[in-house]
Amino acid sequence: MELYVPILVLAVLAAGFAVFSVAIAPITGPRRWNRAKLDAYECGIEPTPQPVGGGRFPLKYMITAMLFIVFDIEIIFLYPWAVAFDQLGVFGLVEMVLFIVTVLVAYAYVWRRKGLDWD
Amino acid sequence: MNGIQPPTIEYGQLMPLLLVFGAAIVGVLIEAFAPRYLRKAIHVPLTMLTLLGAFGLVIVQVLRDGVPTAAVAMGAIAVDGPSLFIWGVILVLSVVSVLLINDDDNFVASAAAVPGSPDEEEAIARGGAHTEVYPLALFAIGGMMLFAASNDLLIMFVGLEVMSLPLYLLCGLARRRRLLSQESSVKYFLLGAFSSAFFLYGMAMIYGYAGTVDLGGINDALGRVGGQDTLLYLGTALLGVGLFFKIGAAPFQAWKPDVYQGAPTPITALMASGTLVAAFGAVLRVFWVALGNLDWDWRPVMWGIAILTMIVGAILAITQTDIKRMLAYSSIAHAGFLLTGVIATGEATQNANSLSALLFYLLAYGITTVGAFAVVTMVRDAGGEAGHLSRWAGLGKRSPALAGIFAFFLLAFAGIPLTSGFFGKYAVFAAAVAGGALPLVVVGVVSSAIAAFFYVRVIVLMFFSEPAADGPTIAVPSAGTAAVVALAAAATVVLGVYPQPVFDLADAAASSLFVR
Repeated sequence: MELYVPILVLAVLAAGFAVFSVAIAPITGPRRWNRAKLDAYECGIEPTPQPVGGGRFPLKYMITAMLFIVFDIEIIFLYPWAVAFDQLGVFGLVEMVLFIVTVLVAYAYVWRRKGLDWD
Repeated sequence: MNGIQPPTIEYGQLMPLLLVFGAAIVGVLIEAFAPRYLRKAIHVPLTMLTLLGAFGLVIVQVLRDGVPTAAVAMGAIAVDGPSLFIWGVILVLSVVSVLLINDDDNFVASAAAVPGSPDEEEAIARGGAHTEVYPLALFAIGGMMLFAASNDLLIMFVGLEVMSLPLYLLCGLARRRRLLSQESSVKYFLLGAFSSAFFLYGMAMIYGYAGTVDLGGINDALGRVGGQDTLLYLGTALLGVGLFFKIGAAPFQAWKPDVYQGAPTPITALMASGTLVAAFGAVLRVFWVALGNLDWDWRPVMWGIAILTMIVGAILAITQTDIKRMLAYSSIAHAGFLLTGVIATGEATQNANSLSALLFYLLAYGITTVGAFAVVTMVRDAGGEAGHLSRWAGLGKRSPALAGIFAFFLLAFAGIPLTSGFFGKYAVFAAAVAGGALPLVVVGVVSSAIAAFFYVRVIVLMFFSEPAADGPTIAVPSAGTAAVVALAAAATVVLGVYPQPVFDLADAAASSLFVR
């Protein structure tokens, strides 16, 4: 049980900090009205207009973010292989090429379907 | 320093799986590079040839090498007798479902268009079509095969996701009643993601207990590890929740009617047959291979779930007014019947008997289900499929042949002799009695009787009520749909009159049980 005491202490500290930060902000912070505060939050830029009457709305950011995640994960898998590729030999190379080709197929689909065009 | 050995992978035994996944990736490339008007013409033969080819590979493998006795790919996948049988069943059901998917009229022109908007009208006028359904279906089918054959919880989870993610998408692609379809897709996705999380959490607990995710390794750990029982029981329960969700056992059945109703009917057919088969393969693997020596602990809970599933499925089906919802509840009840077979464990011969009965039942039920949903796609009125039961009144007078075939499928679901359903139920219940689950069988027979009531009610409605003046018309079936109905009806008859060859095959597949 003693083994877990540091973890518990850390958890209590983390939870305490989170609760304290949220609780203290409305008490001490200034309140100034600003139109931008009522807008949808889109990474700090001008928000995309809302569709009126239930139209379609663009998913540009989501597609970009999804592509980012796909390549992010690809890189994460490349790291361990890069560290040990001399030990994995030809097998590792072939498997990695297969993996990258599979990801590229998805990329080709997005590209051909104009997922990369901004407008 | 040369610590890492490259793993050995038995490509020969994995060929059916690799073929399906490879074709799915080629399908994505076709979507990317082939001109729009050619896509369907390439996809349909590619998908059919792939599935038939994979089925051929399974048969060749059995004839040439017999049933393998060890897990492949470093113990990650078990291509054993039950796996090969289940692969065969999934591939047959997929071929039949793809014939249904091939029918143009079921899928949306542009899934991203808001229902009823000018965008949608324009997409329909343009003749838009989502030919992505073919690669998506192939990915789902590959996932089913992997899910049922995984010998390791991690691979099982990968299989679960590869199977489920395309299905979530496909559910939202119905051409008519778009909102219902989108609702079913969102519900299935949210609940499915939730159940996957349960599965993952259970896997983490079991790993904490056993120190391995290998199913055989978990079984070894059962006798060795002491004092961690809480982890084991929690893990078993959470894994169970994830798996019972997929087979639609009560109390995790709520998604089934909504999803089956909203999804395009060919996709419902694929889900109701293929997914159920794959999920039972996984249930058997987890509870028999990994947790086989724990059966005294999980059996009472599974008893409760089986009883609840049978009763909920049979009773709630009575109150349904939509044909697809009724078939969904019927599928829940059948999941309960199948669970009685999962519970009936014991000696090796008893296990082999139960397993063989389950394999037969899965094949018989799957093929009849695809046939029933194929008939549902054909009964149409102005708004697409006539789902409401009152619209089916008097169908037997307008179209005796079709109504007769549908009545025959319903009788097979009810388990009337001379249909495949009878022998399926008989085999599973006989195995359950031999396994000491007599009270369960009593509940099973009673709920079968309740279920027979609503099947017969539909038959009475079709043949003995006056047809509505503006009743639905029977669409002239495409060659594919007609072939599906004929195939399913033929299989239901053959398995009901002369089931012995398939029983022998299932016995042979089950005799060596699962490899560890």
